[in-house]
Amino acid sequence: MTKILIIIPCYNEGNSLPLILEQLLHLKLPAHFKMEIAVVNDCSKDDTQWVASLYPIILLDLLVNLGIGGAVQTGFLYAMENGFDLACQIDGDGQHPPWELIKLLEFYDQTKTNIVIGSRFLDEGGFKSSFARRLGIRYFHWLNRVLTGGNIYDSTSGFRLFDKAGIALAVEKYPDEFPEPASLVLFSKYGLSTKEVPVVMSERLAGKSSIRNFKSVYYCIKVTISMLFIFIRKKT
Amino acid sequence: MSRIQVITIIINCVFIGYIARLITKGKLREEYAIVWCLCTFILVLFSFWTKGLNLMSKIFGVFDPPNLVFTAFIFLILIYLLHLSVVSSKSQHSITRLTQEMALLIEKMKKAENKDQTI
Repeated sequence: MTKILIIIPCYNEGNSLPLILEQLLHLKLPAHFKMEIAVVNDCSKDDTQWVASLYPIILLDLLVNLGIGGAVQTGFLYAMENGFDLACQIDGDGQHPPWELIKLLEFYDQTKTNIVIGSRFLDEGGFKSSFARRLGIRYFHWLNRVLTGGNIYDSTSGFRLFDKAGIALAVEKYPDEFPEPASLVLFSKYGLSTKEVPVVMSERLAGKSSIRNFKSVYYCIKVTISMLFIFIRKKT
Repeated sequence: MSRIQVITIIINCVFIGYIARLITKGKLREEYAIVWCLCTFILVLFSFWTKGLNLMSKIFGVFDPPNLVFTAFIFLILIYLLHLSVVSSKSQHSITRLTQEMALLIEKMKKAENKDQTI
């Protein structure tokens, strides 16, 4: 029996959360998996907390807004303390269709990769993002290849399956603001294997991306800096 | 003793008194107070020792003595600002951990409460 925790970080996702939770609760995983769902409410200002409390899930309420990295990390902390074997992040905005989780799990079963990443770009079809965003993703792909030697295309994808080693590392060192690309450097540094699996992602149901316009420039700079510094930092 | 000397000495004394008050009231941690005390001490020193500034600028090869004051203090202030950024980064990290542990605790507590109710 493999225990898996689904971590859903939420900031003002009261509109899209019910659909995702419904889909997840009706999802049929392969028989040897036992799934629990943890919604991390990152101090939302809307009715996220109330919506989440209607479902039979674990609700982790953050009293202070920590941002996506800190919220997901809370889920990892819960997974570690409660002895989960796997943890998977699924965004609360509906971008990651829950049934695609099965692809990640199957891939994990076959390869026992430490971190399995659901990627938008390995397969045709599904939602493609804008040109600027693709450019940014290209840039991070290049930077990642330089720093880690790995070949992860969709380094900004948050749809990721962590095994026990991955969870333990994420509890300690997960970056706090824009964690996805930077954490790839972290994984390679600590010798965890990362592999991509093609998934189909949909357009977000509600809410806005946290990365827009001039903020995206800030995003690129900040992520670049944090990647470089994770790269040169000593292992502790 | 010139008038400006008297003024700076009085101001410095008031400043030191204020820092002492903040520390005794527990509003300022001693480690941050050290820098402020040191700065005031330097100011007091130079307000008594008027030739000191000229001597210092000669030693450092600064043409105009006031420039030495500005350079030295801007540098000090920059260093201190950096130190404050370090302090705030550290406390941000602590707050993150606290919030996370708190969320887990609340969840555990609620679970226990529900169990009690069902029994």
